[in-house]
Amino acid sequence: MSISRRHVRAIFRKELREYRHNGSIVWTMAVIPLIFILPALIHIFGVAAGSGPSDLLLYMLGIPALVPSVVAAYSVVGERQQGTLEPVLTTPVRREEFLLGKALAALVPSLAIAYGVYVVVVACVELFADPGVASEVVRWPELLAQLVFSPLLASWSIWVGIAISTRVGEARVAQQLGALASFPSVLVAALIAFGAIPASLGLAVGSAVLLLLLNGLGWRITSAAFQRERLISGTR
Amino acid sequence: MYHLISWLIRNWRGRRAAAPARPARPAVRLVTAPPPVPPGSGGEVSGSPALSVNGLTKRFGDRVAFSDVSFEVGHGEVFGFLGPNGAGKTTTVRTLGTLFAPTSGSATVAGLPLSPENGAEIRRRIAIMPESPGLYLRLSVAENLECFADLYDAPDPRDRIDRALRAVHLADRAADPCGGLSKGLRQRVALARALLSDPAVLFLDEPTAGLDPVAARDVHELIDELRQRGITIFLTTHRLEEAERLCDRVAILNRTLRTVGRPEELRERMFAKSLTVRTLAPLPEPDRVFAGLPAVEGWQQDGAQGYAIAVSDPRIAAPAVTRALVEAGADVLSVGESRHSLEDVYLELIDEDEEASRR
Repeated sequence: MSISRRHVRAIFRKELREYRHNGSIVWTMAVIPLIFILPALIHIFGVAAGSGPSDLLLYMLGIPALVPSVVAAYSVVGERQQGTLEPVLTTPVRREEFLLGKALAALVPSLAIAYGVYVVVVACVELFADPGVASEVVRWPELLAQLVFSPLLASWSIWVGIAISTRVGEARVAQQLGALASFPSVLVAALIAFGAIPASLGLAVGSAVLLLLLNGLGWRITSAAFQRERLISGTR
Repeated sequence: MYHLISWLIRNWRGRRAAAPARPARPAVRLVTAPPPVPPGSGGEVSGSPALSVNGLTKRFGDRVAFSDVSFEVGHGEVFGFLGPNGAGKTTTVRTLGTLFAPTSGSATVAGLPLSPENGAEIRRRIAIMPESPGLYLRLSVAENLECFADLYDAPDPRDRIDRALRAVHLADRAADPCGGLSKGLRQRVALARALLSDPAVLFLDEPTAGLDPVAARDVHELIDELRQRGITIFLTTHRLEEAERLCDRVAILNRTLRTVGRPEELRERMFAKSLTVRTLAPLPEPDRVFAGLPAVEGWQQDGAQGYAIAVSDPRIAAPAVTRALVEAGADVLSVGESRHSLEDVYLELIDEDEEASRR
């Protein structure tokens, strides 16, 4: 099976254009990061050196886990509700191309937000926090973890979100379920960040491998769940 | 994630009416030959029909959407697909458009057998305009068409979009957001979108549903223009005057195919030829007037001063009936051949189905 770059790009570009004009998506993408920034910053600026958890910035991994899930959960059911899914599916686009375009359109802005927000937070900590706290919180392993785990967590959330979107008949329900499905990832990130689960290299490698496997599985399940006939006819 | 990364790497590497008397109807032959190919036909495969459907059936569980449907559509033909709500028209279009898999039967669409493997290639050769325009309302007309030009792999998409917009007389509205367009204009954009692929077969599903008469007339004119360009058009509608006006042949579907043919053929097949006579006063002895006239097969009263006369050939019977009426001293108001519309044919068939289901 060959994937047409042009088809994927067409879906990707269309999605980004739609996001730009869709206030609720822009609002969601703007508000969710605040949920993660504010507690982290309050904690960092409110503690003295040596008294807080040193992996606190890992809590920010909740952003790539949660932001794309809401967008991805809207992707298929939103098109069904608008009546735009049928015209798209009557074109030569293959389901894999359609799903890749949708996934990339959720992944790219989510990563841009996750990395952008992280950079801003690190800059704030370096510039304004107590130097002792800053040196404890901003460390290379955490930066590397952010770099590696953001796309892995975001992709997993996207496949789960799209899979939910192909099965649910109402966009709002899909978004709520998508957010709910991303909570385990957020919870694990929070437990590590606040020291409940000790961070280690083994844990990081194991988690990365697990997420890679889950992403492969997610892609297959989502592709299988995406059936033109069921999506158009509404049969189960 | 693995697939995303590998896809990205690969791409990075590779970068760059009512009858007076009804005679026994001849058996309906459902598969009728399509008309001759008109000049300039847009067909791709010479010698084979644009659409060939054999015993196609679609069920959703226990529910039969349509059953044992067979017909052929010639290249460049405008084929009307009529039927009441729930008759299976849209499901037939979706099945032929590879959105639904048929339960049984076979079909050839734009030269390719209908099968899952041929799905993408069939969709490349055809275009479907669904009943609802299905436009991205937040995007402009041009942005909508850009997306679909890419999905159809249109060469030189900018030129293709310009031509499609000109074809539907919307060249000056390219930058308008679709959400701000009237329903009629949205239908036109949807038609432009369907033209982007330069389709061999164009499926139009209720293209004038919900449109006001002026907007509907505009769509009819556009369909006429497409016909002149030789595009094969499969038009589903329950607007019978629309089908009569636009279609070379029509099929009437009510879960099963009830009849196929040219509108005039269907009228002849369904209804006896007849004359309608109107007189100022009732004839005292109509039997004496109409009996024995050439080509007259029988008569019956049609209102107080009207007579419906079954004839074998109106061109022979009409002058004879007129002469007989004058000789009988009748004050003749009119003598005319009874005209049955496609609506009469349609209602007759659907009424038959309803009666059969009641029995």
